[in-house]
Amino acid sequence: MTDNYPVKRVIDDKGNLIDERFKEHISERLVKELYYHMARIRAFDRKAINLQRQGRLGTYAPFEGQEAAQVGSALALQADDWVFPTYRDHGATITFGKSMTRTFLYWNGRVEGCVAPANRNIFPPAVPIATQLPHAAGAAWAEKRRGSKNAAIAYFGDGATSEGDFHEGLNFASVFKVPVVFFNQNNGYAISVPIEKQMNSETIAQKSVAYGMPGIRIDGNDCFAVYFETKKAFDYAKGGNGPTLIEAVTWRRGAHTTADDPSKYRSDELGKKIVDPLTRIELFMKTYGYWDEEWIRATSEKLTNEIDRAVEEMETFPPPKVEDVFNHVYAEMPAQLAEQKDAYFAHLGRQ
Amino acid sequence: MTQMKEVIGETETTKQMTLIQAINDAMRILLKEDERTIILGEDIGKNGGVFRATEGLQEAFGDDRVVDTPLSEAGIIGTSIGLAVNGFRPVAEIQFLGFIYPAYEQIMTHVSRIRMRSMSRFTVPMVIRAPYGAGIRAPEIHSDSTEILFTHMPGIKVVCPSNPYDAKGLLIAAMEDPDPVLVLEPMKNYRSKRAEVPVGKYSVEIGKGKIVREGSDVTLIAWGAMITIAEKAAEQAAEKGISCEIIDLRTLYPIDRDIISQSIQKTTRAVIIHEAHSTGGLGNDIVSIINDTSFLYLRAPIERITGFDVPVPFFTLEEHYLPTPARVVEGIEKVVHF
Repeated sequence: MTDNYPVKRVIDDKGNLIDERFKEHISERLVKELYYHMARIRAFDRKAINLQRQGRLGTYAPFEGQEAAQVGSALALQADDWVFPTYRDHGATITFGKSMTRTFLYWNGRVEGCVAPANRNIFPPAVPIATQLPHAAGAAWAEKRRGSKNAAIAYFGDGATSEGDFHEGLNFASVFKVPVVFFNQNNGYAISVPIEKQMNSETIAQKSVAYGMPGIRIDGNDCFAVYFETKKAFDYAKGGNGPTLIEAVTWRRGAHTTADDPSKYRSDELGKKIVDPLTRIELFMKTYGYWDEEWIRATSEKLTNEIDRAVEEMETFPPPKVEDVFNHVYAEMPAQLAEQKDAYFAHLGRQ
Repeated sequence: MTQMKEVIGETETTKQMTLIQAINDAMRILLKEDERTIILGEDIGKNGGVFRATEGLQEAFGDDRVVDTPLSEAGIIGTSIGLAVNGFRPVAEIQFLGFIYPAYEQIMTHVSRIRMRSMSRFTVPMVIRAPYGAGIRAPEIHSDSTEILFTHMPGIKVVCPSNPYDAKGLLIAAMEDPDPVLVLEPMKNYRSKRAEVPVGKYSVEIGKGKIVREGSDVTLIAWGAMITIAEKAAEQAAEKGISCEIIDLRTLYPIDRDIISQSIQKTTRAVIIHEAHSTGGLGNDIVSIINDTSFLYLRAPIERITGFDVPVPFFTLEEHYLPTPARVVEGIEKVVHF
C-alpha cells in the first residue's frame, strides 16, 4: 500500500527541491507567506504553553511540529471557503483569519473564543473526535446546491479514522459528490496510542478507495507539498469532481495537551529523526536565495509584538458575563429557562 | 458501623487512598482474581488512562487483558458486548462522559436489552466507567453530567460514588453484577481527599444509599461531587441552627427508596441537589418517590437545587452553573421557614 500511496514531497529534509520543475511555481511571495505564517503560529503556540505554565491559560493543546501541514493547507483556501477544525488546528484557523486574541480566549475558558470573524466561516473546534467531517460534507453540499465555487475543508487527526463519523462523512461526501477536502494530519499518536495500534492499514490515504475518491499521501512537514496538493484538491472539488482525502504525515513534537505527559508512552528518540518543518523551509530559503536576514529579524519582531498585544487583549478582555450562561441556548429563551435565570440573578443579588 | 456490615472478606487492613487509587485497586483485585476480567479503552494501557485510573495495570496483567483500543466509543462498547456475551467480564473506560454519545446506540439498544431480547439466553455482565462533571476547569464538552440518559434506560444500573471507600466497593460490585453497570466517577473528587480504604476485596451493595450526616430538620439528597456541596451547606445551616441529614444516594438506578422515605418521614423536609440540568433531572424522580411514599409527612414543598437548562458553560462560568453551598442553604432555609 505504501507503494500505491508514496509520500509526496517537494523539498527534502535538507530543504532541497526534489523536482526542479516546482521552481517555477514557487514565488518569493509564496515562500515568504509560508515562512511568515509558520513562524507566526509557532510563536503563538509556544507563548500559549508558557502562559499555561504560568497559570494564565487553561489546559492547552499544542501543535508544534504540525505548522507546515496547518499553514500549507490554510493558505490554499479562498476567503469564502468553510473550515471545520479540531481543537489542535488553531494554527490553521489563525492563518485563515481567526484572531489570536480569540484563540487565547478559547483556551482560557471563554466561549467568545469560539467566535470567528464575520468574514470567515470557521466552525468552533470539534472537541469530540471526527464529528466535524459530516458537517464539512454538509456545508459543501449547501455550496454545491447554491451553485457557488466555494468548498469546505475538514481537519482531523489519525485517531479520527477509527470513529464512525469519519466513514460516514466520507461516504456522504462521495455519494453526493460535494466540494470538500478531508485533510488528515497523521501525527503518529492519538494521545498515547501509536498509529500502528490505531489501524491495521499502512496508510490513511488508502481509505479513500473504499469511498471512491482520490487519496493522496503527502509529507506533512513539507509546506510546499501541503500547499500544492491541498490547492489541487480544492481545484478538483471546485471543478465539480467531489471530495479528496489527503493524509499529511507529520509529527506532534509536544504533548497531547498541557495535561498530558508523553514520556509515559513514547521515547524522545522517536521524534528526533524528523526534521522540523520550520527548519526545512529555512534551509530551503537559504539554499534558493530567499533568506533575508533583515526581513527575518523584522518579521520576528513584528510577531513578538503581535503576540504580546494578543496576550494583553486576552487578559484585558471584559470579564465573562454571568447572563451568558443562559444566553444563546435558544433564539428565544423558553419561559422555564428565563425563570431559572431570574431566580439565579435574584440569588446573586442576595449574596 | 453500617460500613462494616457491607464489607465482605478482608477488613482488618486499610490504606489511605484517593478515589482514583481506589478505582485502580478494585480493577487490580478482579484482574488478579478473575481471569475473565478484561479492561479496555482509549489510552488506558501504557498511559494508564488520562486520569491514571488504570496506572500500572497493563504492566502487571499484560496488554491482552488491559487493552488500548482504537479511538472509537461505539467500538469499545460494541465489542465489550461481544466479549461479555461470550464469557468475558469487560470493564470499558470512556474517557469522559461527554464523549460517550457515539456509543449511546450500543448502550441504549443493545447493552441494556440483550438479556430481555434473548430471554436471558445472552447476558451482558459488563461495566462502563466514565469520569463526569464540572468544576475542574476542563476544556469545553468535558464536563457533562448526563446520568439521566442512562437512568432512564431500562436494563442498565447506574452507580455514582462520592468517596474512595464507596468507589472501590461499588466498582467491585459492578464488576461482579450479572447485569451491565455504568459507574460514573466524579472527576472533581478523584484526588480531592484521601480516605481509609480496606486493601482487600469488599463490595458496596448496588441499590443502597447511605446517610453520611444525621440530622433532624431537613434531608439533603445528593450524589457524586455534590456530596461536598451538601456537606458545606449543612455546616452553614448548622450555624443557623438548622440540622441537616444528608443521603449519599450512591446508586442512581435502582434508587434506594427506603432510605429516602425513612429520612423524609423523620425530617419532613427535602432539598435535592444535582449538577445535571433541571428539566428531566433525576431530582424529579426523587420528588416522585417522596410523593409516593411520604407526601403526608411533608411540611414544605421539596426544593431542587440543580444545574440550569443550559449546556455546561466554559470553565470561566462553570461555577455559575454548578450548585453552590449558598444556593443550597437558601433552599434549606426556604423549606425550613415555609
